[in-house]
Amino acid sequence: MNCPECDAKIKIPDDASVGEIISCPDCGADFEIASKNSGVCELKHAEKVGEDWGE
Amino acid sequence: MPKVRIVFDRVRVEEKMLEQKAIELGHDTKMIDAKTTQINTESKKNNFDFGDVVIERCVSYFRGLHFTACLEFLDVPVINKFEVANNCGNKMLTSLLLRKHNVPTPKTYFSFSSDAALETLDKEGYPLVIKPITGSWGRGVMALKDRDTADAIVEVRELSDGPLDRIYYLQEMVRRPPRDIRAITVGEQVIAAMYRTSTDSFKTNIALGAEPIACEITKELDDVCVKASKAVGGGILGIDVMEDEKHGLVVHEINNTVEFKGLAKVAKRNIPKEMIEYAIASAIR
Repeated sequence: MNCPECDAKIKIPDDASVGEIISCPDCGADFEIASKNSGVCELKHAEKVGEDWGE
Repeated sequence: MPKVRIVFDRVRVEEKMLEQKAIELGHDTKMIDAKTTQINTESKKNNFDFGDVVIERCVSYFRGLHFTACLEFLDVPVINKFEVANNCGNKMLTSLLLRKHNVPTPKTYFSFSSDAALETLDKEGYPLVIKPITGSWGRGVMALKDRDTADAIVEVRELSDGPLDRIYYLQEMVRRPPRDIRAITVGEQVIAAMYRTSTDSFKTNIALGAEPIACEITKELDDVCVKASKAVGGGILGIDVMEDEKHGLVVHEINNTVEFKGLAKVAKRNIPKEMIEYAIASAIR
């Protein structure tokens, strides 16, 4: 599919699951896989790393 | 067939490993996105599919903590419990509980204003390590080596003025080899341990590039980690231990949603399998 930001081609691995983060190889924007139905993925902008992120 | 649910907000390697292992073990397994789950005060357990047990794995500490509170409100068994998450997510609470339960831990000073923090530093002497009360991956952890550095850090804190910035957590700089130990406890067992070695910083977080090396689980390590786990309420935990030249093993932090991709490379036991089996056993008890 194409990057929602820069329209470059983004290859999403077949085994990628909802909630995983995909980066655009061209512009570097990060997207989260919001849904996946019959191999078709919907992407949304990934959350920025928060101060409370971690273990 | 037990139903295992894994609550996430971002799927990391660890969440995929847990999901895959639960499926391999034959459990009815589902991933639940905390970000899209709606809960209210009238919600009932049967409005949701939270299965027999939830393993809470949010990368955002406060999101996971509050989601856990909702799960416990619904009487859903969750690993870790709210109390444990709260104890481990706050470094001051962790230090107090460790000391209260006689777990060896570095001497730590708590000040509740910038002036008091500077007074502590001047009185106790430099360096002391400053750590944010909440936070992970070594963020905001700094060695305060002199008054100038301390003044600069205090000034930054006053400008940022977050609600927890007025609480100063200052810890003795432990004399130790350039490494620490990360152990994973599952219930009352240490299932794996590794050294985290860093060559260019006093911080040894894997997230910052420290190298994982297998570490033997000695009786001393086992004892101190199990005691530390009990002090904060038990569950599935990442215990961080330093080898203090004077006092032996000391526990300095406990992690509530432990990351284990580094440790899985060198561990003899299967970490996700141990975690899932423990979660199911806890829910059935």
